[in-house]
Amino acid sequence: MNRDRLQKPSNIKAYLTFILFILLVWGSAVRVDADLGKLILGFPEMGRILREMWPPDWGYFPKIADAMLETIRMAILGTTFGAILAVPISLLSARNITRSPILYLSARLMMNLIRTIPNLLLAALFVAIFGIGPIAGIGALTLFSFGLIAKLTYESLETIEKEPLEAMTAVGATKSQLIVFGVIPQILPQFISYVLFTFEVNIRAAAVLGLVGAGGIGLYYDRTLGLMQYERASSIILFTLAIVLLIDYFSVKIREKLI
Amino acid sequence: MKHKVNKQRKKHWRGWFVAFLVILVYIWAFQGLPFAEIKSTAGEVTASIFSGLLHPDWNYVYDPEGEDLLRGLLDTLCIALLGTVIAAILGIPFAFWAANNLSRRRWVSGSGKVFFSIVRTLPELILALIFVVAVGPGSYAGVLALAFHSFGMLGKLYAEAIESIDFGPAEALAAAGATRLQILWFAILPQVFSAFLSQTIYRFELNVRAASILGMIGAGGIGTPLLFALSTRHWERVGIILLGIILMVTMIDLLSGHIRKKLA
Amino acid sequence: MIQFKNVSKIYPNGTIGLKNINLTIESGEFVVIVGLSGAGKTTLLRSINRLHEITKGEILIDGQSITAAEGRELRNIRRDIGMIFQNYNLVKRSSVLRNVLAGRVGHHSSWRTILGLFSQSDLDLAFRALERVNILEKSYVRADQLSGGQQQRVAIARALAQEAKIILADEPVASLDPITTRQVMNDLKRINQELGITMLVNLHMIDLAKSYATRIIGMRAGEIVFDGPSQAVNDQILAEIYGETMSDEEVGAYAR
Repeated sequence: MNRDRLQKPSNIKAYLTFILFILLVWGSAVRVDADLGKLILGFPEMGRILREMWPPDWGYFPKIADAMLETIRMAILGTTFGAILAVPISLLSARNITRSPILYLSARLMMNLIRTIPNLLLAALFVAIFGIGPIAGIGALTLFSFGLIAKLTYESLETIEKEPLEAMTAVGATKSQLIVFGVIPQILPQFISYVLFTFEVNIRAAAVLGLVGAGGIGLYYDRTLGLMQYERASSIILFTLAIVLLIDYFSVKIREKLI
Repeated sequence: MKHKVNKQRKKHWRGWFVAFLVILVYIWAFQGLPFAEIKSTAGEVTASIFSGLLHPDWNYVYDPEGEDLLRGLLDTLCIALLGTVIAAILGIPFAFWAANNLSRRRWVSGSGKVFFSIVRTLPELILALIFVVAVGPGSYAGVLALAFHSFGMLGKLYAEAIESIDFGPAEALAAAGATRLQILWFAILPQVFSAFLSQTIYRFELNVRAASILGMIGAGGIGTPLLFALSTRHWERVGIILLGIILMVTMIDLLSGHIRKKLA
Repeated sequence: MIQFKNVSKIYPNGTIGLKNINLTIESGEFVVIVGLSGAGKTTLLRSINRLHEITKGEILIDGQSITAAEGRELRNIRRDIGMIFQNYNLVKRSSVLRNVLAGRVGHHSSWRTILGLFSQSDLDLAFRALERVNILEKSYVRADQLSGGQQQRVAIARALAQEAKIILADEPVASLDPITTRQVMNDLKRINQELGITMLVNLHMIDLAKSYATRIIGMRAGEIVFDGPSQAVNDQILAEIYGETMSDEEVGAYAR
């Protein structure tokens, strides 16, 4: 075969994409006022902060223990309420359970809409409604958990086995009987696994919601950093880290047993 | 036979015990709720918020003079883009450090993984707070916070991608006399490149969401005007900003999903 | 020329990989190594380019010891040896041409190859290699879109692009159907005859071995139990290589 007749595929698309990408990044750097100099100048400042953060103020732990407990409470309740709300919506969003496209599409739409609103924003809104305190945080976490659990659950629902369902329909089961006796037993372990996973995420989230006044330990970040009490701030970080790791550990153990 | 019955009884008791614990936990959790402290104006405020959402301040969308929604959203996107790119560029070499199939000694890759774990556990918001102190309030702090956090996340994902590749081509190249660098470039990188790209784009998606609230603690983007509007109870403005954020996040999600599907 | 001098390989847990191998293979020979799995064929082959390390003895390639070589010296010896694998070992997401060009990396510094600065002569070598195995028209196709036989031919082209003087083939046709097997073996034979490249092939089909090899080496439990022309392989020798405990049918299966 003649070598000249070989067609080398054109690289133009790749080159153009690359150039566009570089332009976007450059433009962003300009817009953001990125300055390598400022960063380097900032290093000693950051170094100072880091040095002050260690060792953490061990005496501070008892003072924030209450707030930490409040954080955990928020996470528990937020996850629970969110899970309860997620049950009907996830059933409605699953294509194999809800036949009507109008229903499942609108359920999914509502779910996706809520999921696009960032956590902290929800918290700030709830603070405006309910005032400063953990109620706002629980509200925000509820909506967030609802979104996450509903999405994970409906995706799982669409993969369950249809044979038991078909068998039940064949013997004359109503829709609700189908769900209670056919769907729920199959999906329950997965559902609980998702709830636990969301709880893990919520512990982390709950720890920072206090920044906008939604309760929990986050409030103390604002306080300590504002007063430049860095060793106290690192106490908060470490405490949170410890709780998160503890809960993660147990949660993973339980989830393993479920699957 | 008795042995079996005993085991079943044990399981029975265990189930009840767990349920009992869970109920205790919930009683404790509910106890902490200061229900009495809910503001009496809660209903009014909710109504105002909804009215603000339904009648958003369209004037805020574009203002040739000064600050407006589009500018804020653009800032947010730029923060997310820059943060993601920096994290990706730095993450690649570090990922090679952490991948356990590339280093000869266990402790080398182990320490890499631990390093990433430490970086990952700091939440972006707290990082942003620290960076605001270090480089001053504004978008730059936001970029650095996102870059740092994403570096930890992407580094781990990249390392996992590297660990899952097929080593055959690398062996073939070694047999042909290639240096380690050449093996990396010709045999390893092509295999992980699309995985890298996919993870990075997903990370960008998440960073756009994060960037939209960084401003609420002073790290730039649409968050700052949002916080201002919230504290001044300017609900129509809150409404339009919320709308803007939802639209932006949705569009980025769709674009990102589309590109990632093509990469697979 | 390949020389094995008192080569042994003992694994840390005591298993014997190779036992006192003394072997000389002249340039231009077409040698096939046969034996049961675990007999040491792969270990023998891979110790030639040091993908496996030996624990005793020395291996010389054209008079130069590869056992003692390190760093650049090792790479220089390796670039004259091409290797073909059972799983082809191509970079799936790269084009055929790029895979073949990768064979040239031993001849240039790291940075030149990474920047893609292959010379025109490199490209010529690559195209000629592709022509020789009759797969030129697939040059810009992604490697994983080719069939097994085609991928193996690309692997052969990669070895040719290296300008290798020796080609080691570790079960090159084990994953291929009978017709493609013949095609690939024919390619190897042709390269051996037209270009004078020394061929060392591991096969488990004795029949295939007999039709292509001028010299057959039989291995068993890490030792060479037969070394001679393919015509000399009779049933008794087969029994020695594959074990007397095998029934006639089992030996027959290997001979088919």
